[in-house]
Amino acid sequence: MSVEAAEADPSEAAEGHDAHHPTDWAYVKIAIILAAVTALEVFTYFRSVLDWGVALVPSLIFMMVVKFYLVITWFMHLKFDNSIFSKMFTTGLILAVGVYLATLTAFEFFG
Amino acid sequence: MTAAAAPAELDHGTSGAGGAAGHGGDHGPSTGISHVKLAMWVFLGSECLLFGGLISTYLLYKTRANGRTLPTDVFDIPFTSVSSFVLLMSSLTMVLALSGVSRGDDTAGRAWLLATALLGAVFVGGQVYEFTSFVREGVAFTTNPASAAFFTLTGFHGVHVSLGIVMLMSLFVSSVKGKLTRNNSETVEIVGLYWHFVDIVWIFIFTVIYLIPAD
Repeated sequence: MSVEAAEADPSEAAEGHDAHHPTDWAYVKIAIILAAVTALEVFTYFRSVLDWGVALVPSLIFMMVVKFYLVITWFMHLKFDNSIFSKMFTTGLILAVGVYLATLTAFEFFG
Repeated sequence: MTAAAAPAELDHGTSGAGGAAGHGGDHGPSTGISHVKLAMWVFLGSECLLFGGLISTYLLYKTRANGRTLPTDVFDIPFTSVSSFVLLMSSLTMVLALSGVSRGDDTAGRAWLLATALLGAVFVGGQVYEFTSFVREGVAFTTNPASAAFFTLTGFHGVHVSLGIVMLMSLFVSSVKGKLTRNNSETVEIVGLYWHFVDIVWIFIFTVIYLIPAD
């Protein structure tokens, strides 16, 4: 990725100060990447143009994870903030994913 | 303790983000990080469980038609794609608002806050249009288990966006009144975290509910 973290100083940002967040241009570049990935996601809907076959679902999930990661790390500043924020959020996220994967499995969602 | 000594004692532990955030120093953190921000992250972590439950419920019921039309039969993917793009771009305007307020550029901060609220309103308006068109096509809340799960999930998300718009407009009014400055820019960051979370929930919903084929 061409967007450099050098535009912010993670070691100083660990204090949580806004002054060390990325530049506006860095945010715009992230938004352009997000828009491009979204366009690619929407493109998969038009299967008459290109049939993704068995790669469709893994590709969509991969693109979703990329967008999710970019938003939480750059826009939500987890990349630059104190790691305890990441830990708090990741704990909830892992708990939710684990609980509901178990639930879906119990209800035979995956066949 | 004398009255003169009290403020100095109260200032203990405000050297972190909370102190920098300008909360008066009276209730600063002793951990070196902002407790308000930490609380928001814990709240967002718990929200993962709420939306995880709603998404799982929809996945379990999405083919339960009871002989009637399923939500997936009436999805308008191009329209929803535009709505998704609008919400995604509102995350950009949100960080630009924070950036503006943080560097003391009140005009930019206000403009981007207003832009974010407007983009959010466009998204909610699109959702209202989508819901009404679904009802016209025979998919209402009580049509079948699939539609009930769909409306509950997307409705809850819409309520979250609407609450976010209220918070954004509150910040905008505070800024116009001169009460929102770079010294309390953390307030904008906290609202921004909520707004971005609403965005990432939609990133998930858009892929899992709309784009991944039901069969």
